[in-house]
Amino acid sequence: MASTDSSPALLEADGLALQVGERWLCCEFSLRLAAGECLVLLGPNGAGKTTLLHTLAGLRAPTVGSVRLGGRPYADWDSLAAARFRGLLAQQQPDHFSASVLQTALIGRHPHLGRWGWETAEDVAIAQAALAEVGLAEFAGRDVLSLSGGERQRVSIATLLTQAPRLFLLDEPTNHLDLHYQIAVLELFARLGRQGRGVVMVLHDINLATRFADHVILLDGKGGVLAGTREDVLQPEHLSRAFEHPIRRLDVDGRTLFIPD
Amino acid sequence: MPGRTSSGFVIAGQVLAGACALAWALAAGDLPIGLGEVFDALFRGAEGMAADVVRELRLPRAVAVFVCGGLLALAGALMQVLLRNPLADPYVLGVSGGAAVGALAAMLVGASSWAIDGAAFGGALAAMLVVFGLAHGDGSWTQTRLLLTGVIVAAGCGAAVTLMLSLATDTRLQSMLFWLMGDASGASRPWPALVVLIAGLVVVLPFARDLNVLARGEATATALGVRVQRLRYLLYVLASLLTAAAVTLVGSVGFVGLIVPHVVRFAIGNDQRMLLPAALLAGGTLLTLADTAARTVMAPVQLPVGVLTALIGVPVFLFLLSRNPR
Repeated sequence: MASTDSSPALLEADGLALQVGERWLCCEFSLRLAAGECLVLLGPNGAGKTTLLHTLAGLRAPTVGSVRLGGRPYADWDSLAAARFRGLLAQQQPDHFSASVLQTALIGRHPHLGRWGWETAEDVAIAQAALAEVGLAEFAGRDVLSLSGGERQRVSIATLLTQAPRLFLLDEPTNHLDLHYQIAVLELFARLGRQGRGVVMVLHDINLATRFADHVILLDGKGGVLAGTREDVLQPEHLSRAFEHPIRRLDVDGRTLFIPD
Repeated sequence: MPGRTSSGFVIAGQVLAGACALAWALAAGDLPIGLGEVFDALFRGAEGMAADVVRELRLPRAVAVFVCGGLLALAGALMQVLLRNPLADPYVLGVSGGAAVGALAAMLVGASSWAIDGAAFGGALAAMLVVFGLAHGDGSWTQTRLLLTGVIVAAGCGAAVTLMLSLATDTRLQSMLFWLMGDASGASRPWPALVVLIAGLVVVLPFARDLNVLARGEATATALGVRVQRLRYLLYVLASLLTAAAVTLVGSVGFVGLIVPHVVRFAIGNDQRMLLPAALLAGGTLLTLADTAARTVMAPVQLPVGVLTALIGVPVFLFLLSRNPR
């Protein structure tokens, strides 16, 4: 990526290419994410955004190329140490058994506890603070199975905050959220970014990407990848080609908006 | 949320309840024996018929049913986490079906009780290897595939069992049916299973918090540092071995493995660090009570304990379920 400073990168990928079955999701490309930066992955359905995010999270190996977290390949990381460095907000949150909201948020402390460790009062305080950040302070005792989709998504975000990693990998963080919480959640991660964390997220809303991204990777679903700064990538002609739908750019009150024709 | 201290109190209470159930099992029967005499027989080496009955007859049986209940409840709790399915029980992956095929085949040819136990355990392990081998894929659909393979293998075993029952002579049919229903009257060698039970708990407890994380989905668990595939193998092998030990000991006792983890979950929540030991103790206590009742309520007729656990378990479970609406 275009960052020129010499601060150690939170996340780097070199010559990355991913293949699922017979299909190539992206041709070889490279990226580098430094502390304080936000990278957004955009693209049509099935373009491989989640696969790419999971590869960057170390959940699957790249077909070609390498991924380094904090300067080291995932193979050199202890799995719990890696979990203290990077956290993933997964797209699906399967709940099969009831558990309280607080218990669910406390799951995020797992990599911080020893094999025989139990959550301390300090861990509970961290989880409660995380729930308060997403407007769920009053929900601590509720059963996760009784929550709405948006509330459940905010519990997952609180769990990730409780994990307190330096690098956040978010798969559609605005899923199920109403307009207010979409902005609130992305503002929250932008603030964490300004405090020196890194953010990589999959988004569907081009206008939210315009507002929060420093860098954008645009997948076109046919193996093509466009990576660069927000200004370089978020152009009507690139977006129209990737989404196979004419997209028009509007400049209103100093803000840039993209709307489908 | 239960902390470590309150968990300790719950477990201590359960240990006490289990001890009371065992004491009743040793005292009750055709020859009622006072608790003082039971104590003397166990710990002071008392002589006489009462002491012999306690030590030679009732103690092996009481330990056998306690261990069997504990094994099944622990295996059920593990299967429910492994398959992330609240309906999973120790038998869902065909282990008991394999054991039944082995045991009944041995009975059909008139083998000794040692050979029947050996055939049951061998059948259970064979079923476990077949299911594991067939379901061994990778990717996110392993769970469904494992479940389907297990159900199909269990169905095949069921057919083989029915075939053997139809071929059996009347004299052998009775003991075969009792084996299938779960019968503790022949269980005289509980100690190997007790070792399996303790070893199983010791192996799984260090991973109990990993199981809590695993219940939140594979991607989330991996990102939180859990080595999901290794943990799944451990769960599968361990739950199968526990089940194999239980069915070898007492036969296919129903409902304990399904219901006890649920009842415990209703009572104390789904934190596996608590749930696993609590389910083990509750399963052992429940089956001990059920077996003591099975051999005393209609004495001298001895009921198969599996029938009693189902008769008690089903209404209790339905009652709890109706009180926990979601």
